[in-house]
Amino acid sequence: MKKYWWKFLGAALLLYSVIFGFLGEVPRKEILNETIRMTYFHVPMWFSMMSLMITSLVFSIRYLRKGNIVFDTYAASFAAVSVFLGLLGFITGMLWGKYTWGDPLPKDPKLIAVEVGLLIYSAYFILRGSFEDEQKKARLSAVYNIFAFASFMPLVWILPRLTDSLHPGNGGNPAFGSDMDANMRFFVFYPAVIAWIIIGTWLATLRIRLKLIQDRINE
Amino acid sequence: MKFLNLLQPAEMADIMRADGKIYVVVAGLVILLVGVLVYLFSLDRKISKLEKEVENTKKP
Repeated sequence: MKKYWWKFLGAALLLYSVIFGFLGEVPRKEILNETIRMTYFHVPMWFSMMSLMITSLVFSIRYLRKGNIVFDTYAASFAAVSVFLGLLGFITGMLWGKYTWGDPLPKDPKLIAVEVGLLIYSAYFILRGSFEDEQKKARLSAVYNIFAFASFMPLVWILPRLTDSLHPGNGGNPAFGSDMDANMRFFVFYPAVIAWIIIGTWLATLRIRLKLIQDRINE
Repeated sequence: MKFLNLLQPAEMADIMRADGKIYVVVAGLVILLVGVLVYLFSLDRKISKLEKEVENTKKP
């Protein structure tokens, strides 16, 4: 039971963020209206995606340094769950954009950057699928993972800030301060981010454990 | 003047009916999420059992 405590924490924070995400007080804004609550559900997807991508990168580097095939399993599972969360973030963003910007897929640099970035990451899985030899697959995909990460981060964080973007925090728009007030951020948004990071990590560990069991059986 | 009674809201003193009944939706979401989370925990348990089984069969 001792190993489970962080999973309960994640579950509790998730439920907490959903309940107070709906019932808590939010600033009244034109156009945004109640959809400001989407911040509690859409944005944590990206935060958890980013942290799982960083975790995946760390395991890829550790694989390259130590050559332990387990680290490759870790890296691949974290990358898989992070892309899954990214897709969920993308879909929720489309829904939100439809009713606030008036278009689910406006020609926004951040959207295009994320589309490209997620495609870069899907190539990682295609690359993994095209090798028979375990070590070769692990080595090449670890190197590719580093490149994917190194192109994803500037694409999503830097490029949209250089031009105009509809997203807050880009193209001269202030980031968090503008729409979310301190109460929103502290009492619901950060718990939601932590909850989704924990849930994502949990999903990744389930994948890892299944893969390791499979490897043991195939030995 | 009987029809005026119809204009009076029937007060039920029920929290689930307040604020446009949003609490009902929140309760629904909570039920769904608890279900998904319980399912995740049970999956986690099953994988733990499998891990032990694989560990035991491989050793001897």
